[in-house]
Amino acid sequence: MMQHKSLFYTLLLVALLAAPFIGYPVFLMKALCFAMFACAFNLLIGFTGLLSFGHAMFFGFAAYVCGHAAKVWGLTPELAILAGTVSAAGIGLVTGWLAVRRQGIYFAMVTLALAQMVYFICVQAPFTYAEDGIQSIPRGAFLGVLSLQDDRVMYYFVLAIAVGAFALIYRIVHSPFGQVLKSIRENEARALSLGYAVDRYKLVAFVLSGALAGLAGATKSLALGLATLTDVGWQMSGEVVLMTLLGGMGTILGPAVGATVIVAMQNYLADLGSMVTIIMGATFVVCVLVFRRGIVGEWIYRTTRRDEHSESHSA
Amino acid sequence: MTDFFGVPIQALLGQLMLGLVNGSFYAILSLGLAVIFGMLNIVNFAHGALYMVGAFFAWMLLNYAGIGYWASLVIAPLGVALIGVLIEKTMLQWLRQLDHLYGLLLTFGLALIMEGIFREFYGSSGNPYELPAVFKGVFDLGFMMLPKYRIWVIVMSIVVCFATWYLIEKTRLGAYLRAGTENPQLVQAFGINVPLMITLTYAFGVGLAGLAGVMAAPIYQVSPLMGSNIIIVVFAVVVIGGMGSILGSIVTGLALGLIEGLTKVYFAEASTTVVFVIMAIVLLLRPAGLFGREK
Amino acid sequence: MKSTFKFSVLSLAATAALTVHLGTAQAQQGKLSGDVVKIGVLTDMSGLYADYGGPGAVTAARMAVQDFGGKIFGKNIEVVNADHQNKPDIAKNITQQWFDRDGVDMTVENLNSAVALTVQALGKEKNKITIVTGAATARLTNEDCAPGNGIHYLMDTIALSNVVGKAIVKDGGDSWFFLTADYAFGHSLEKDTGDVVKANGGTVRGAVRHPLATSDFSSFLLQAQSSGAKVVGLANAGGDTVNSIKAASEFGLTKKQNLAALLMLVTDVHALGLNTAQGLYLTEGWYWDLNNETRQWAQRYEAVMKKKPNSNHASVYSSTLHYLKAVQAAGTDDTAAVMKKMQETPINDMFAKNGRLRPDGRMVHDMYLFQVKSPSESKGAWDYYNLKGTIKGEDAFQSLAASRCAALKK
Repeated sequence: MMQHKSLFYTLLLVALLAAPFIGYPVFLMKALCFAMFACAFNLLIGFTGLLSFGHAMFFGFAAYVCGHAAKVWGLTPELAILAGTVSAAGIGLVTGWLAVRRQGIYFAMVTLALAQMVYFICVQAPFTYAEDGIQSIPRGAFLGVLSLQDDRVMYYFVLAIAVGAFALIYRIVHSPFGQVLKSIRENEARALSLGYAVDRYKLVAFVLSGALAGLAGATKSLALGLATLTDVGWQMSGEVVLMTLLGGMGTILGPAVGATVIVAMQNYLADLGSMVTIIMGATFVVCVLVFRRGIVGEWIYRTTRRDEHSESHSA
Repeated sequence: MTDFFGVPIQALLGQLMLGLVNGSFYAILSLGLAVIFGMLNIVNFAHGALYMVGAFFAWMLLNYAGIGYWASLVIAPLGVALIGVLIEKTMLQWLRQLDHLYGLLLTFGLALIMEGIFREFYGSSGNPYELPAVFKGVFDLGFMMLPKYRIWVIVMSIVVCFATWYLIEKTRLGAYLRAGTENPQLVQAFGINVPLMITLTYAFGVGLAGLAGVMAAPIYQVSPLMGSNIIIVVFAVVVIGGMGSILGSIVTGLALGLIEGLTKVYFAEASTTVVFVIMAIVLLLRPAGLFGREK
Repeated sequence: MKSTFKFSVLSLAATAALTVHLGTAQAQQGKLSGDVVKIGVLTDMSGLYADYGGPGAVTAARMAVQDFGGKIFGKNIEVVNADHQNKPDIAKNITQQWFDRDGVDMTVENLNSAVALTVQALGKEKNKITIVTGAATARLTNEDCAPGNGIHYLMDTIALSNVVGKAIVKDGGDSWFFLTADYAFGHSLEKDTGDVVKANGGTVRGAVRHPLATSDFSSFLLQAQSSGAKVVGLANAGGDTVNSIKAASEFGLTKKQNLAALLMLVTDVHALGLNTAQGLYLTEGWYWDLNNETRQWAQRYEAVMKKKPNSNHASVYSSTLHYLKAVQAAGTDDTAAVMKKMQETPINDMFAKNGRLRPDGRMVHDMYLFQVKSPSESKGAWDYYNLKGTIKGEDAFQSLAASRCAALKK
């Protein structure tokens, strides 16, 4: 199984490296950014069991900060992204401290309300330019030397960030810290009774998830050159939930798969206008009713069952 | 012309009046949400969309069937309630055993579907709905001109809210509803059809949303986006009031309308954010909401 | 054997020479990127501004292609369209794909102002031509100008305020309060009209900003009422203007104050109805009932769309036709060559007489001051305007010298 996994990831990496020569780099970058966003979100719902309905606040606010840093302060791309990520982590700390006191539905509602506050701050703050958004965000030059203007070069920059973020999430999930998170998801009361400072773990998970979502948003703002109100809206928060649900909550790759599917759908069905909303809503409904494991989750379920079968046969 | 903290009394009272009108809508909508959550533990994200559907039903009745406002006040909510029955029977009932978050996600998806369908057919710019003739015109109150219709909205909302509260808290049917959702097995054993109660509760809750939609039609444009614009605020109201508390949502809804009105006078930009600030504060100090009981 | 071989070589050479000659002659006649002229109509198909542009803009573009002859240098002219739902990020996505992958040479319409700014910047980056008709922000020919790529064809906030603002102040409306849509267009309009009001001796009492696509204007109008200003200026457009006017009428604002719709098109008047809209002053760059030419074109449009065109639709037609003629004259769809021809040739069609395209991208043409008819004056549907004055382009639009376009100053 382990052998299969490393082979699989290697093949995936090769495919991603070759991708810009086959597909449209801008679309691929968008898919990567949203994959990062969904994976970050999954850290909270899939591995800690906390449904945040306001994750757009990290994604969108970091996009604005990064855009402002790159356009107005003239920071180089890696510093601008860092600025965005740090701002998202900051928001995560403040909102997380407020939110982790509650559980379940209440937690979701609190995150939603806090995200709305961030949204309205973004509407009012002059640096976000309200309905116009921050436009023409310059990509600049990586470390001041490598120009990111060319779409293919930018793609590899985004890919490097995405791979790094993904590796980090992988490490977190497979670490002792990640184990504690999973135990909180399974049975919070028991984890508490075992002596774990559950609230503190939840807060750390929340900040990490928020920071990584911010990383995704900041990268997106440079890749696509825009930071708008759409990025901080509650519909965006809903979309990332759908991406994760569709891909498979609690799986490592699931959210990335879900994100790619949704971004592709929005892209290629764009001329269908409102149909895209209907299809997304229908996907939600279908997933919740009959497809709760998601694409990757379902795939894992069926392949492990086959493994068990074959083991029992060979036994 | 006296001033109140630098603002003319006229302007202040005017905004408070308007705030009360908005508050009436918040109250009816959060009432429906509170009924559904309090009784069924479902966070009904489709509530805003169903409010929109109610408004559209009224518009369609007028434009396709020539049926006016007064009849629509009855027919449209019934139509929305029927949709509620459909949703509950075909989808929500399968989720009763699962984590309540799935109910939230399902209704969220339903909201997207409904909004998308109406946007597909009617665009998103909104259609006008003609005021019934008896409501045309304004009362010249001196400090402002108040359109007659808005007074009607305030009165009607208070009546509906009180009637609902009475129904749930003081009648036998209400007692069955409350008991049935607190302890289904026991109540079922007494021979009461609990699944029917549950379906009726959901239908009633969304019916209220539909009613709010009809009442809103002449004031706001009948637009597919009207639900998503208001749903988040209504959720905040419910959370502040206490997620299962009927009285809580009524009082909070009206109060919030007033507070919003006040904010518009002194600090206009913050008027849309104030509800969330209050929600954050309330959740910190009284996690179950102002009138709620922790579950 | 040798002679046949020689003969074949000679004939081959001759054929080759002929092909090359004919080929270059063909190329000289029309070098088209991707062997086609592709025009993209980017607009709001179903939202707040769908009546401004929307499907009508697509129809207008197609009519221009049709009137041009449908083909250029023997190749097809294609018209594609997309709905940006009033979101700059969707608009950018679509336009980028159009330019990068789909070989679109020119995009037209491009309302609203936020979208227009994004698209024009993109056109500059990718060296394509972008024609903005439906947006009004003057930044397109000033701070955010793109000479050589971006064209602003119909009207802008400066022209609007110069014509309407001035007319109202001269009429006695010298204290203003603004109701402003909170985005680039609204801010531009509020600022430019405020400047005109003050330059003509008036005062601006204040302003309140509302989000785009607001449905309930009651609280904003209340603030306008309490300001006590003589004129409430509506620095918004489309559905927002229609709703503001309706709400103002509902709240009896018009009993004590005057409303000024700073951007209003005939389709908005149609949505409002003459009862509510009568007496309003407005300016447009074109009206269907001006002369025989305009009436004829409007009739053809109405046969397809079942309603009369507004000035935006007419400008989409005119600009698309002007573009195609320029491609023909230049012999290629190369951006620089076409732009040069577009600027050299004056525009003379049913939309404008002696219109000209300036280096900053501004198309200068006459503007008209209208007043909305009362129901009794109107002879039927769409008969809505009384012409109150014609303002020459040079007087309505900002002069080139006053332009804040940095690229021009070099």
